[in-house]
Parts: sequence; C-alpha cells; structure tokens
Amino acid sequence: MASKLFRSRKNSVLPGFRLTLGFTLFYLGLIVLIPLAAVFWKTSTLTWAQFWQTITMPTAMASYRLTFGASFLAALVNAFFGLIVAWVLVRYEFFGKKIVDSLVDLPFALPTAVAGITLASLYGQNGWIGQLLTPLGIKVANTQIGIFIALTFIGLPFIVRTVQPILEDLDPELEEAAASLGANRWQVFWRVILPMLTPALLTGFALAFARALGEYGSVIFIAGNIPMKTQITPVIIMGELDMFDYGKATAIAVVMLVVSFVLLLSINVLQWWTNRYNTTNLA
Amino acid sequence: MTPVATTFHTPHRVGHRRSTSEPPAVRWLLIGVALAFMALFLVLPLVFVFSQAFAKGIGFYFKTLNDPNAWSAIKLTLTAAAIAVPLNCVFGVCAAWAIAKFDFRGKNILLTLIDLPFSVSPVIAGLIYVLVFGAQGWLGLKFPQFADWLTDHNFNVIFAVPGIVLATIFVTFPFVARELIPLMQAQGRTEEEAARVLGASGWQTFWRVTVPNIKWGLIYGVILCNARAMGEFGAVSVVSGKIRGQTNTIPLHIEALYDDYNFTGAFAVASLLAFLALITLGLKTWVEHKNAALNEIELSK
Repeated sequence: MASKLFRSRKNSVLPGFRLTLGFTLFYLGLIVLIPLAAVFWKTSTLTWAQFWQTITMPTAMASYRLTFGASFLAALVNAFFGLIVAWVLVRYEFFGKKIVDSLVDLPFALPTAVAGITLASLYGQNGWIGQLLTPLGIKVANTQIGIFIALTFIGLPFIVRTVQPILEDLDPELEEAAASLGANRWQVFWRVILPMLTPALLTGFALAFARALGEYGSVIFIAGNIPMKTQITPVIIMGELDMFDYGKATAIAVVMLVVSFVLLLSINVLQWWTNRYNTTNLA
Repeated sequence: MTPVATTFHTPHRVGHRRSTSEPPAVRWLLIGVALAFMALFLVLPLVFVFSQAFAKGIGFYFKTLNDPNAWSAIKLTLTAAAIAVPLNCVFGVCAAWAIAKFDFRGKNILLTLIDLPFSVSPVIAGLIYVLVFGAQGWLGLKFPQFADWLTDHNFNVIFAVPGIVLATIFVTFPFVARELIPLMQAQGRTEEEAARVLGASGWQTFWRVTVPNIKWGLIYGVILCNARAMGEFGAVSVVSGKIRGQTNTIPLHIEALYDDYNFTGAFAVASLLAFLALITLGLKTWVEHKNAALNEIELSK
C-alpha cells in the first residue's frame, strides 16, 4: 500500500528518488509519527470512562475555556493591529521602516522562556508597566489579562507575515477603478481592499490562534498558574506529568491534538483559498 | 451632478493627493498606532531584558555567566543544537529533493505530515518521548530486551541528554524542509536535467547545480532552525528532569534562576538568548536582502 502510494509516476533522468524519499519517510516515522502514535497507544490503555472523567474534570474544563478564550481574543487583537502594521509597512515610507519590518519577527526569534520572564517582570507590581497600572487598579501578572498579553506577543508575526505579501501584490488598478467610480477612500478600503485581504487575514488569525493554544513558555511565568483561574491546558498536562500520571496527561493531550489537527486542516483549506484568490487576481 | 462635467473640462487638480492614498492625517495616525503597538509589545520587552541583566552591574553579570551551572547549560544547548540542526538539514534537503524533483502520489499527505510538529504544543512534543522511552513506556513494554540493553549500557533517554536532543529535533523538524520545498519546486528540474544530459553524475549535479541554487534558502532555514533549537523551552522542560549542572539547557537555567528569585541572574542569562534573537533577526534580514538582489539579477537576465 505504502509503496504504491509513494511510487514515482514517471521515469526521470534525475537520480536519488528512492534514497531521498526513503530517508524522508524513515526520519519522519522515527521522529514524528511513531512517537505521536504513542499518544493514541497510551490512551487505548485507559477505559472510556477513565478517559472521559479525565478530560472533563473541572480544572481541565476551566483550562479549555481559558486557553480558547485568551487565544481567540489575542488572535483578534493581533488581526486588528497586525493589519495596521502590515498596511503601514507596505504602503507608507517612514524613518526606520526596515528595522521595524525586521522587528516584527522578534516573537519568532526570542525564546519563549525569555519572553515569559520579561513579560512577567514588566507587568509585575514593580515592573515598568505594572507600576503604572497598579494605581489604576489593573492587575496583569497572575491574572487572565497576563495570559492574553503573552499570547498577543507571540501571535503578532503570524498576521503581519500572511497579510503583507498579499497587500504587496494587490493590483492598484482595482483601487483606481473604485475611486474613479466615485468611492471615497474608506469605501475603497472596506469594499475592495478588505474583501481581498480576508482569506489572508483569516489564515493569519488561524495560525496565531493555533500557536496560542499550545503555547507554554511565554505564558507560565506571567500566568501564576492558579487552578481554575489562570491554568492553561498545557500547564494541566505538565501538572499530571509532574505527578507521573502519564495516563491523565495523555488523555488531555489527545484533546489538544485533535483540536490542533482540525485547525491544521482548516488552515490548509484557508491557504488554498488565499492562493486561489491570488491566481484569479493575476489572471 | 455638474461637478463631474466641470472637473473634466478644467485640467488643474484641486488637491495634490492621489485618489488611491489616504489623507496625511490618517497616514500619520496609522503609522503612529503601528509604531506604538510595536514599541509596547516588542521594543519595550527587549530593552527591559538588557536593562535588568545589568541591574546589579557588569561584575554580577559576568559572575552569573561564569557559574559552572551556567556553563553546563550553555554547553548542553550548543550540543543539542549541533546535533538537531545538521540532522534536520539533511532531512530538509532529502525531503525537498524527493518532493520538488519527482512526481508521486501522496505528496500532499507528506507535506502535511512534515508540517505536523508545528501544530503540536511543545509540552506534547516532550510528552510523546516520555511515552515511548520513559518508565512503563512503549519501548519497554514492546521491546523489553532492547530497553534492558539500553539501561545496561547506562543509556537513558528521558531525564537525560538524548531526550533533550530528540525533543529539540522534533520542535525544529520542519524548518529547513519548509524553506527548501517551495524554493526547489519554483526552480523546477530543468537545470538538473540539463546537467545530467551533459554527463554529470548525480552527486556532481547536486553539488554543482542544486546546492548553489538553494544556498540562501538553506542558510535561511538553518538560521531559523538554530534559533528555535537553542531557545526551546516547553518540550525540553518535559524530558529534561531539570537536574542543575547536568540536564538544564539555557532556557531551563533561566527558569531555575527565576524560581530562586534571582531575577537579575535570570535576565543576565536571558540576555544571551535575546542577543541571539537579535543576531537571528539581523542575519534573516541580510539573507532576505541578498535573495531579493539575486532574484532581480535573475529577472533582468
């Protein structure tokens, strides 16, 4: 079955098909597929009742709500500000633009533990920002707001980097046509530009959301990890692992994996949609 | 209705603004909002890391970095990256060669599977290796002789260096492949086919035709792969056991210092990784610049 699936359809003068594909499949299987399959193997050692009880325990349920809610909000805020950043970087000229453009990727490049302790200290009671917020009665560290801030930090590049290339390739003639037909600038943006950016925005949103769901390092320091209040789902898994309860940890991991796979699938569909939009524009 | 006719007849323009740009006020407002957002979320944290790192002076900074536990963490991080990056590089080149130069069924499935590690939470990335190699793990139950042989030879995976290396390989798995696959697909196979027809061997074709073509993409992938390998926290945290001076990587050492309320020490070590992040961004921009220049030469040919 597998050999039939991965057989080259036509003869090529180029060598190395068997070797490279063979190594690719071997390495993929060894590093990714077999270990991932262990999750489902471990789950099968639990009874259905045990599995259900674990994934619906109150601390887990609270963590799903928190993780989903904070990730969704963070991705939403990023979609708004990310669009503005992408717009400004593509359309306007200003001093230091190149540096700003490179800095967008900082959350990708900065290790999550560094981001974690930095945000926790920055927004802590004595931190630069925390000091300003405390008199206003706003607490960020050890609250759900802190989790939202950390997830916003790590999600920004996803939106900017998916919207930016599409914005660069937009045909100016479409905007000129709309303007010549009497549309004002806001109408051109709302009715012409934004609809063309929608697939890219949604893709970026989905990527940022997916990343936020699984995020661990940048969140745990600022979150305080209070059960039922500020514990994200990866922290619940970590807690079970620390108690060597691998069955429970795996059951919750299955929930996260299933959600991730569904998201991965929707992102693929969205990306196909984005590209289709692109090629129709070119044609 | 009349203005339309009059503007048609009078050639002078009312304003200097083109119909496809925004009023200056709006433009400056948007630039302001974008820069304020970036300053708050990106620049401020970066400045904060370095200012906290030197909060107790330069002496304390170097004392923290010169600690044996810090050195052991740096060595372990470099070791893990030195194994993970080349392996993922070889994998990336192989996968890209098979996918870009040949047609076969199941290609899309393979592409999705290669991306899989990106959509798995780091904590789960660590967990899967615990389930395979850990106590009562899959390996011990299915292949007890092999597991015993590993134990007899003092080769532990979990809570030891091999587990850290495996977890690092997993989280950085797609980086190089992801850069090379679209690049090599866009380049097609005509140049390699020409080389073969002219009598070059497979290896000659690869080294003299393919490698020069994919050089910048490969460097780009390696830079990103390395940054993630050195900075990974969640996955490594699960498999390491966090034994100070033995199985702590740089990010885990930062956590240990932070948990000891040695904040300045934590930020001193963190400044190393923040510096690495800045170098990564700089190199990345440089490669992108090089690549853009190269593409322009290609187009003008």
